[in-house]
Amino acid sequence: MTRPARRRQRVPLPLLLPAGLGLLFLVLPLAGLLVRTPWTTLPRRLAQPGVLTALRLSLETATAATLLCVALGVPLAWLLARVEFPGRRLVRALVTVPLVLPPVVGGVALLLVFGRRGLLGSWLDATFGVTLPFTTAGVVLAEAFVAMPFLVIAVEGALRGADARYEEAAATLGAGRWTTFTRVTLPLVAPGVAAGAVLCWARALGEFGATITFAGNYPGRTQTMPLAVYLALETDVQAAIVLSLVLLTVSVAILAGLRDRWVGVT
Amino acid sequence: MTVRWIRAVLAGAAALSLSLTACGGAGDGSSADTGGTVTVFAAASLTETFTQLGRDFESAHPGTRVVLNFAGSSALATQITQGAPADVFAAASPATMKTVTDAGDAAGAPAVLVRNQLVVAVPEGNPDRVGGLADLARPGVKVALCAEQVPCGAAARSALDAAGVRLTPATLEQDVKGALAKVKLGEVDAALVYRTDVRAADGLAAVEFPESARTVNDYPIVVLKHAGNPDGARAFVDHVRSDAGLAVLTAAGFQAPPSR
Repeated sequence: MTRPARRRQRVPLPLLLPAGLGLLFLVLPLAGLLVRTPWTTLPRRLAQPGVLTALRLSLETATAATLLCVALGVPLAWLLARVEFPGRRLVRALVTVPLVLPPVVGGVALLLVFGRRGLLGSWLDATFGVTLPFTTAGVVLAEAFVAMPFLVIAVEGALRGADARYEEAAATLGAGRWTTFTRVTLPLVAPGVAAGAVLCWARALGEFGATITFAGNYPGRTQTMPLAVYLALETDVQAAIVLSLVLLTVSVAILAGLRDRWVGVT
Repeated sequence: MTVRWIRAVLAGAAALSLSLTACGGAGDGSSADTGGTVTVFAAASLTETFTQLGRDFESAHPGTRVVLNFAGSSALATQITQGAPADVFAAASPATMKTVTDAGDAAGAPAVLVRNQLVVAVPEGNPDRVGGLADLARPGVKVALCAEQVPCGAAARSALDAAGVRLTPATLEQDVKGALAKVKLGEVDAALVYRTDVRAADGLAAVEFPESARTVNDYPIVVLKHAGNPDGARAFVDHVRSDAGLAVLTAAGFQAPPSR
């Protein structure tokens, strides 16, 4: 760690060239967004009520989805990291499926289970008169479905990396598993949970496919920012660019604000 | 299966994202292999008929391949004005076609291909006994409409206005097939879609309503200026506008244009 000024080495070109291209590939589209932004009409476009409605809905649903993911995902991660049970590998694989599944497929699957004619949805409708599609709760559900694996994986990784001897010490001192979890384990992996929650929130904020499939699109109720961007693109490219810029700004601001946490994790 | 519309969708999306990042004007497309290929961007409501017409055209012109890209007309219009490599554009409304002609992307004036009319799509047997637009505003009846940005949504809006019906839809879908799917899945009780879409779907019934006569949609078609295969494009347009082509379209429930 404390190695003094390393001798400068030439970076091999076969590594430098693709690395530079990769960087360009990631940064250029964002630069393109900035170049094409209609800066002169920006304030007027931002002040349109539709923009703020969609932004507020996005922030609210992404936050609610993250809370849901933390409440369910942290215990799930703990189970995967700390308890030996048959089929654990299978369970872990199942948890990560939404990660690789196209979100639209997730939306269709959600409809088949929670839709009005769905396996659980028809029961919910008949018993409580509750239908989830086309509601804000449906948006939260769609976002949580897609985002939860990010949290589970991050927290499970943190749990595996944490020193189990603290927990063993707590156990020898007479603490039960619940007390050990709340007093020792959770504080130990708090940075991991925070990092997972940020990833989860960012994924929820950007959710499109599952949301439009399961929750539909209605301003103020289910039209989040990504949906607004997509529909704006159909008629008004400038408006779509402005909306995209807002999403980009929010994402970058969150990442910058939590940078210390990120560094703390590694 | 030679009608590879999935590839066209990918090409369209790629072209769109590329052209959005490039700073230049409408690129006239890298001269890719368009030798025997006609790329057709068509409104979602033309999915069944144009798939059929594409196959017919391919058998009438051996060696020529028709690539079809179906989506909401407005999305297609945006893709075209942003430089997507298309030869023919068939839109579901003159308004969306106008964005393409205004941008100078059309070769010549568009011709009206067919006309279409809105109906209320309900599950077979019409369980909610929907008899007209006014019934859609009844409490407990969930309705899917197209977003106003796409032609079927604009037509739905003017039909509802003409009938003096105010309703809060459950969802505003990005194209007509999306609205139709929500009825098919049973997630909504009714949707305002085109007559042709209901006819092409299983398990659905159409409820006609008088106000739809006031919102008849013209479907314009045009050869695009930057067409990589202008001859093929013209031949395809001639084919769909021929008597045989119109027969396919009217059999699906489209109305022939007034001039014919």
